[in-house]
Amino acid sequence: MSGTVVVRRLGGGVLVLWLVSLLTFALIQLLPGDAAEVIAGENASAADVERIRHELGFDQPVVEQYFRWLGHVLTGDFGTSLSSGRSVTDLIFEAAPATLSLTLVAILIALVLGVTAGLIAAVRQGGWIDRAITSLATLGIALPSFWVLMLLLLPFAVLNRWLPATGYAPISEGFGTWLSHIILPATALGLASAAELARHARGSATDVLARPYIRTAQARGAGGSWLIRKHVVRNSAIPVITVLGLHVGRLLGGSIVIESVAGIAGLGSLAIQAILQRDYVTIQGYVLFSAVIVVVANLVVDLLYGWINPKVRV
Amino acid sequence: MTTVQSGSDPVLAVDRLTIDLAGRTSQPGLVQEVSFSVAQGRSLALIGESGCGKTLTAMAILGLLPPELRVTGGEIRFGGENLLTASRRRLRRIRGGPIGMVFQDPMSSLDPTMTVGDQIGESRRLHLGESRRESRAKARELLDRVGIANAARRVDVYPFEMSGGMQQRVMIAAAIACEPKLVIADEPTTALDVTIQAEILELLRSLQDDMGLSVLLVTHDLGVVADFCDDVVVMYAGHVVEKTAVEPLFAQPQHPYTRALLDSVPQTGRARTMLDVIPGRVPPAGTFPTGCRFQPRCGFAEPDVCDAPQPEFEPVAGHWCRCVRVGTHALDLARVA
Amino acid sequence: MTSAVATVPVTRRDRSTVVRTLLRRPSFVVAFGFLLLLLVLAVTAPLVAPFDPHAQTLADRLQGPSGQHLLGTDDLGRDVLSRLIYAARLALLAPLISVGVAVVLGVPAGLWAGLRGGWVDSITGRLSDTLLSLPGLAFALAVVAVLGPGLVNAMVAMGIVFAPSLFRVVRGAALDVAEESYIESARAIGCSTRRTIWVHVLPNIAAPVLVQTTILMGVALLAEASLSFLGLGVQPPDSSWGSMLEIAYQNQFKAPYGVLPAGTALVLTVLAFNTIGDSIRDVVARRRS
Repeated sequence: MSGTVVVRRLGGGVLVLWLVSLLTFALIQLLPGDAAEVIAGENASAADVERIRHELGFDQPVVEQYFRWLGHVLTGDFGTSLSSGRSVTDLIFEAAPATLSLTLVAILIALVLGVTAGLIAAVRQGGWIDRAITSLATLGIALPSFWVLMLLLLPFAVLNRWLPATGYAPISEGFGTWLSHIILPATALGLASAAELARHARGSATDVLARPYIRTAQARGAGGSWLIRKHVVRNSAIPVITVLGLHVGRLLGGSIVIESVAGIAGLGSLAIQAILQRDYVTIQGYVLFSAVIVVVANLVVDLLYGWINPKVRV
Repeated sequence: MTTVQSGSDPVLAVDRLTIDLAGRTSQPGLVQEVSFSVAQGRSLALIGESGCGKTLTAMAILGLLPPELRVTGGEIRFGGENLLTASRRRLRRIRGGPIGMVFQDPMSSLDPTMTVGDQIGESRRLHLGESRRESRAKARELLDRVGIANAARRVDVYPFEMSGGMQQRVMIAAAIACEPKLVIADEPTTALDVTIQAEILELLRSLQDDMGLSVLLVTHDLGVVADFCDDVVVMYAGHVVEKTAVEPLFAQPQHPYTRALLDSVPQTGRARTMLDVIPGRVPPAGTFPTGCRFQPRCGFAEPDVCDAPQPEFEPVAGHWCRCVRVGTHALDLARVA
Repeated sequence: MTSAVATVPVTRRDRSTVVRTLLRRPSFVVAFGFLLLLLVLAVTAPLVAPFDPHAQTLADRLQGPSGQHLLGTDDLGRDVLSRLIYAARLALLAPLISVGVAVVLGVPAGLWAGLRGGWVDSITGRLSDTLLSLPGLAFALAVVAVLGPGLVNAMVAMGIVFAPSLFRVVRGAALDVAEESYIESARAIGCSTRRTIWVHVLPNIAAPVLVQTTILMGVALLAEASLSFLGLGVQPPDSSWGSMLEIAYQNQFKAPYGVLPAGTALVLTVLAFNTIGDSIRDVVARRRS
């Protein structure tokens, strides 16, 4: 991909992150009541409240506070957790691998399952398999991911003990162990995206199959799996890739609930704890970090798009 | 079976081909009882207005009709077999192998995500089992052969990076990649500039001479026919109305439709107050009259005679015409194309 | 969450044709009927529900379906069916709140950006596109953190998150309409801007807005379920299908199938919303072609 395009995308990403930083900072300012009082708690004395106010820099003008905070963030310091006293950066980096594993495996499942199903449906259009896939996809979009997880847990973890019901195991403990913990949650998370991708892929592939260049390829002797592999897949993937970025954001959101159901100590669990404990510093760090993940993911998707669609590469 | 040119066996023989909408055979055929053959080393033009069925006929040869249409009668003989009854696998062997095809709008007829070299070499990989590298090397040669400069670099280029004329050359290169016996070209120059048209036709001619190719050219342009083709089949509303070699067609057209067609071509150097047009319009599919389909617009029509189904007559040796009244009405003398 | 519905000048007769075509589609009729049924159940809950949803019978905890309790009981012995029926109220109300917020925020902004055009439009467009790609639930969590847990807060948060998508749809539709020549004609004969908007623009963006809001209802319902499941949405003693699911989940090892009733209700309702949105989109798109 050309240099200028990459720079523009990066610039856009930075802009977004800056906006997000403004929003998250503004959120804390919107706290009803005096922030320092709320943070200090009900039993704090006036002196304690003053101390906290000074510590957290609430006595400074707002703009100064913002830039101080931004400065910290840019050096990787997300502050100190109000509830645990630990560095928020440490908390985030401890929790991130679990969430990233979950989201990545979910996307993989969604892509493989969804695009394959959509392609099959388009190639066998009008047949029973097409109708089955379309109906399943329509149903799949309506499924709440955490409910799907509960349903999956039934045969795999509750009625039988084939897979663990909760928890996360890092890859360092072995690939098999890691997979056995992550597979059910990731499948549940990815299913709704798979359904949507299937619909998208089916529409796109149907469109491609009607194009003149498919007929030209057939006139060269291409058919069956060769035709699909060489001509249909790439051309159908182009519109699908464009929506992939949206799905990343949605999966990240969905992972919050899944982590709760599956007992995974990831970013989502961190966020929920922080909310329940009114730990605003951690919440700020969490929101900002999520935005970073999404922006990076979108950049990757853009690069992927450029790789697939030669017209964009110039 | 009819031949335009007696002599060696024809490369392709279309015999009473009939095409209908799938599931509806009671309708008079969209393409009905079309017969002609392409002789070895010669080029045959299928000419007619839009909607006359010439493209459908060409598509039917390689089994590329859209799913709504079905062949309901006839044979298409190529290399000793009937293509209409060939298995799907056999057809795939033939497509891009002994029969190559070139399509109309090259911009949309080439895969935008595949390099030119890969598309040209595709049929070689499929039919000759060549590796990607081997087929790309051959593609380079072919690009050279069809007159594209810088072939070595152009092999890795994408279609959208080329002009229309170059893209069409690429399509031709892909069609001849496996040294076919017959190339079917469906309006190959229609979407191109006039100057490029001539170049493409020139290319086809030189390939024909070099490789002993036979060419089936579908077109609506009489100029192309005159410049390039050896034999002509004129179609109207799904029927073949006249077929012969190119000189007799222009010199002595037998069918009233052909004559009207030739008349309607504006000629330079002849001052006229109005263009000659054929009155009326081509009947839409499904509303074809029984008997002669040109009858409503024909100046020589006679109600009783022309309502009956029209067989093909051969009023002059090698010159066939589907008109009952040929020979009974005064023929205008020699025409100059 | 995009709606690719084109705009075409709409007449009163067109509208009745659309309605009639919709009524002829079995999927639409079933979906609409289901939602109607839900509405009736919600309104008549005190009459229809066999038990008091709060009535605890600690002796009969976590029972499966039986003659008395058609869908069984939860961990406090409450009748699941009755709780399901009463929670239908929230299932319809909660999404309405967030969609309402999204409409109030997104529609005027979209109209303004789309009709204004120019740099205002391209900047806001770029902004909303990037906002859309960010995880909505994460932001909703942040807003809830500030406002405190509670159903209304959670739904307002989701409404703010939804606003960009509605903004985008309205802006797109308004851009299309603004380019149509009948707007120029209206202006040419002297219609004021406000009148132009009311009489000409609004009816023509109605279809894509309708499609998007219906689909957002489904998404909002799922979001409410998620947030309530996490304890950040509806607060006890109230309950929604989401919080019912949480209870069922806690007791999954003791009563494995307890997760089915609330989940099925959720899926069916979201499916109904989606079907209605899809049907409207299909019918209007077909009309254009």
